[in-house]
Amino acid sequence: MSLLEIKNLSVRFGDANAVPVVDGLDLTVERGEVLAIVGESGSGKSVTMMALMGLVDAPGIVRADALRFDGHDMLSLSKRQRRQVVGKDLAMIFQDPMTALNPSYTVGFQIEEVLRAHLGLSGRAARARALELLQKVEIPAAASRLDAYPHQLSGGMSQRVAIAMAIAAEPKLLIADEPTTALDVTIQAQIMELLLALQKDQDMGLILITHDLAVVAETAQRVCVMYAGQAVEVGHVPQLFDAPAHPYSEALLAAIPEHSEGAERLSTLPGIVPGRYDRPHGCLLSPRCPYVQENCRQHRPALDPKAQSLARCFYPRNQEVA
Amino acid sequence: MTTQAQPVAADQSLLYPSPLKEFWKAFARNKGAVAGLMFMIVVVFCALFAPWVAPFDPSEQFRDALLTPPSWAEGGQLQYLLGTDELGRDLLSRLIHGARLSLLIGLSSVVMSLIPGIFMGLIAGFFPRILGPSIMRLMDIMLALPSLLLAVAIVAILGAGLINTVIAIAVVSLPSYVRLTRAAVMGELNRDYVTAAKLAGASLPRLMFVTVLPNCLAPLIVQATLSFSSAILDAAALGFLGLGVQPPTPEWGTMLASARDYIERAWWVVSLPGLTILLSVLAINLMGDGLRDALDPKLKNAI
Repeated sequence: MSLLEIKNLSVRFGDANAVPVVDGLDLTVERGEVLAIVGESGSGKSVTMMALMGLVDAPGIVRADALRFDGHDMLSLSKRQRRQVVGKDLAMIFQDPMTALNPSYTVGFQIEEVLRAHLGLSGRAARARALELLQKVEIPAAASRLDAYPHQLSGGMSQRVAIAMAIAAEPKLLIADEPTTALDVTIQAQIMELLLALQKDQDMGLILITHDLAVVAETAQRVCVMYAGQAVEVGHVPQLFDAPAHPYSEALLAAIPEHSEGAERLSTLPGIVPGRYDRPHGCLLSPRCPYVQENCRQHRPALDPKAQSLARCFYPRNQEVA
Repeated sequence: MTTQAQPVAADQSLLYPSPLKEFWKAFARNKGAVAGLMFMIVVVFCALFAPWVAPFDPSEQFRDALLTPPSWAEGGQLQYLLGTDELGRDLLSRLIHGARLSLLIGLSSVVMSLIPGIFMGLIAGFFPRILGPSIMRLMDIMLALPSLLLAVAIVAILGAGLINTVIAIAVVSLPSYVRLTRAAVMGELNRDYVTAAKLAGASLPRLMFVTVLPNCLAPLIVQATLSFSSAILDAAALGFLGLGVQPPTPEWGTMLASARDYIERAWWVVSLPGLTILLSVLAINLMGDGLRDALDPKLKNAI
């Protein structure tokens, strides 16, 4: 059984007829697997994760056929039970390390808090474990950082502390929501390396939400491309990068600057993600797709198996079998 | 994992200054605030040890020395340093004992409005759908009434007296705390660390009081000091109107009121309590400004 199984998840804000922010999403993550979710801003990546953790508040409405994590049906859990499961076995790393730590408490206190709540450690044992965790995330002079407040740390160090907090209770699934976006390039590489080392070390499932396709290519085993709240293509990494079936995946890959070397301008996809009031009747990409047909404007394609991956397209690209 | 770094002897530059020290450094930069703090320390000292500091009992009447001018003025006597009032009571002793009452009123009314204010503000911030707006509209109604008038009305209903004065002042200053807390809470709720705490399984009371509240305290502390001074002013105003503390209890506002008939003959009976009120309010406000500079991260290091 998969570690995480999401079936037909939809999230709406407002009433039941509102345009879904996440629409019919299916996703699975195995133990020890790295799944990347890519897509432009507003495509529903973060909301999906919030829904998974039960953090979508009213007026948000979460519907799903199944939302199963490690054998628990997340939809039927009571608030109290969910707190037990989510806090311990599921952890998250946020985009902006500067706001991810509570400014009022020392780093050590915040890590110990997790240990106290979920592992029952206290006093000296908790402190020793907190120190161990800080060393594990390779913070220099870890012992003296335990008494530091978040504003006394740099961005990279704060992100390391946030990672230490996330892995403190040895979660089975770690969600990293653009963990390196707010950091500079050298630190980005270090943080990614650290995350992957920890992931291997503890055999965690890792969901990596990112804009950075280079990171995806290097780290993930599978990738899910999201567009306007839908998964448009799901596949294994080398295949999807070599032969994207969906025109949107193809456009994303073409937009990597290295792919346009020598060209006058970088390759782009014209237009913007459809908003709440201009969702097309047919395929959501149809107004922007360079290969659009009349059929695309009338009907919405389903996520079907194509040659290498699952894709939501009537006229998939790169289908000639190698 | 790479090899573990050798345990290094604690680097001096890595010993972080304690938050208290950092705060004091920022506070001490503001000279006016330090002056205000000094003055307030003197006032608090006088209030605490009034029976020993004051030369006479505040109610003792020296019938042979009615309306004696201060010692440095013509006709003044050295034993009555600041002169006596219309009943021959020593003015300095009354002012020192009055500090007790004024500080007590200030402190208790701040506490009585701060605690429910924080509580209501937290609830308003955490429940933005129904409970929040209803609390805020109630506060808007209270703000729509002139504060002194509202205080007078409350005292008129409850009756004059020390405790009722405190209640009236506390009720009047409640809305500012509620609004301040709610605004701070709403700002903090969007931050990732709150989501992280929710995710880690924090319960609602824990989220409210342990996670969010400490981060909202800075503006509240500043507001509390500033409304401390306005509480003293309000108490004096109520006392002046005869609605506050009743004579013969020495209270700065009441002293002003009972002395206003002698304003032309004996300036000191009116001026000195007035000056005391002015100076303490000024000192507290200066202190509040310094606190704001030291506690508000946006103004930090801006000088």
